Amino acid sequence: MSRPDPLSLTDLLAGAGAGRAIGMKGAALPLGGFPGATSLGENLGALAGRAVVLMAGDQLKTAAALIELDGRARRIVLCPPDLEAKHLNAVIRDAKADAIVYDGDGPPPEGADVALIAPCLLPLAAHAAPAAERLATEWILLTSGTTGDPKMVVHTLASLTGAIAKAAPEAARPHWATFYDIRRYGGLQIFLRAIAGGGSLTLRSAGEAIEDFLNRAGGAGVTHISGTPSHWRLVLMNGAARRLDPDYVRLSGEIADAAILEALSALYPRARIGHAFASTEAGVGFEVDDGQAGFPAAYFERREGGIALKIADGSLAIRSSRTALRYLGKGAPALQDEDGFVDTGDLIELRGDRYYFVGRRGGIINVGGAKVNPEEVEAVINAHAGVHASLVKARKNPITGALVAADVVLNAGVAEAPSLKDEIIAACAKQLAPYKVPALVRFVPSLAVTPSGKLARHG
Amino acid sequence: MTIRLTILSQIQQVAGEQKKTLAPLADDLSLLDSGLDSLCFAILVARLEDMTGVDPFTAAGDAKFPTTIGELIAFYEHVAA
Repeated sequence: MSRPDPLSLTDLLAGAGAGRAIGMKGAALPLGGFPGATSLGENLGALAGRAVVLMAGDQLKTAAALIELDGRARRIVLCPPDLEAKHLNAVIRDAKADAIVYDGDGPPPEGADVALIAPCLLPLAAHAAPAAERLATEWILLTSGTTGDPKMVVHTLASLTGAIAKAAPEAARPHWATFYDIRRYGGLQIFLRAIAGGGSLTLRSAGEAIEDFLNRAGGAGVTHISGTPSHWRLVLMNGAARRLDPDYVRLSGEIADAAILEALSALYPRARIGHAFASTEAGVGFEVDDGQAGFPAAYFERREGGIALKIADGSLAIRSSRTALRYLGKGAPALQDEDGFVDTGDLIELRGDRYYFVGRRGGIINVGGAKVNPEEVEAVINAHAGVHASLVKARKNPITGALVAADVVLNAGVAEAPSLKDEIIAACAKQLAPYKVPALVRFVPSLAVTPSGKLARHG
Repeated sequence: MTIRLTILSQIQQVAGEQKKTLAPLADDLSLLDSGLDSLCFAILVARLEDMTGVDPFTAAGDAKFPTTIGELIAFYEHVAA
């Protein structure tokens, strides 16, 4: 009874001034409208206390529904845009969901066994929010397993916002933008930063060209912007990059190597360039703001914010109040070890007084028993002046089981000369063990990027 | 370029990249004594597959694997034929 009410998005939004909004191409969600307006209509009252699968159709509707449902619903399952219909029933079952919020501009989902199916519609309609008990809503995020149904990861608003400092009242209000979708962890972090930071947010519309998004973000006066290194490589190739003049450029989701940090620093000399280590399961581990790749070994000693790091079987493990609590579903594996650490699966290596990310445990290429991290080889290739980006992958081989192969995208205007392949191979041979040197180098016009903005490493 | 010349030039190329000293290449030279290690052979097979479109090691099934330079060349000539 004496416990304080749990934090809710409504509290974070409190006092949202006029003019704050989430913008997409041709549409905007005003943030000053809550709680006197709703996207959920008369169903808002009936959604109280329920476990709600949120598949609202686009990011603006998702944002509106999140603001309205947090603190009111018992559980929100945030579906990513590419959730396949065949997984919906497993999601409903594992989340014990009894309601669905769907895109009111389309047909309701079929065959879903829940008590309440509620449409989400914009623009917001005037509607006094019915009183409801304030709940500590569980936020369920989905991560794609390589096969089978998605894994469901349990967070709370407190764990999701643990790394976000509440804005000082007199501080400048950042205008955030992100290449991510807010229905995944990386984008959700930026959505919450925009809400808590007192500013606005510009999002990329589905299918919007990078150039159009950059122009729109520049026009909106974006000051803070985040994306993966793969997103940022696309920006570097785009003339519209100069439409932005950000204070802060943030990279996460993939390894930020020295080449990309230096290129961004040259593009935006005024900006603070930082990279964050975060994942859906491990939460935001830490942020690195000294402009260099990797992170200081001293991070293992510091305990600020209750964060502890350790190395388990070569990979980084994190214990903090920002990690997810557990996986949902019958037979789900344990998320934390007995000491409360979440293994990230990201392999790290000490060089001098810094640790560097060298790849994913699952991504290792086995060359006749010797282990190769693709990202380690990519970092060497990307350091070549003529190279824009690279993807290192396994190539099946009858002698060693696998070999290292590299697909390389050259910078604009660099010719695909055979001598360039020799140069790239020679650079790798100089810095890497022989079995790590790409046996085959192929020039390609571009590299595929996944919906979450990372280099596509499978297929 | 004939398959023989392609194979011999690729052997030189891979040996150069991998900093291996090659024995004088003759048909009766044992592959084990050629100076190439298994990584070199792996690279050689992958490069030859890209150049000729065939990988006789995978295609051969239970065929006898080559043990000399001459057998290696015949191995590729047989599959390519």
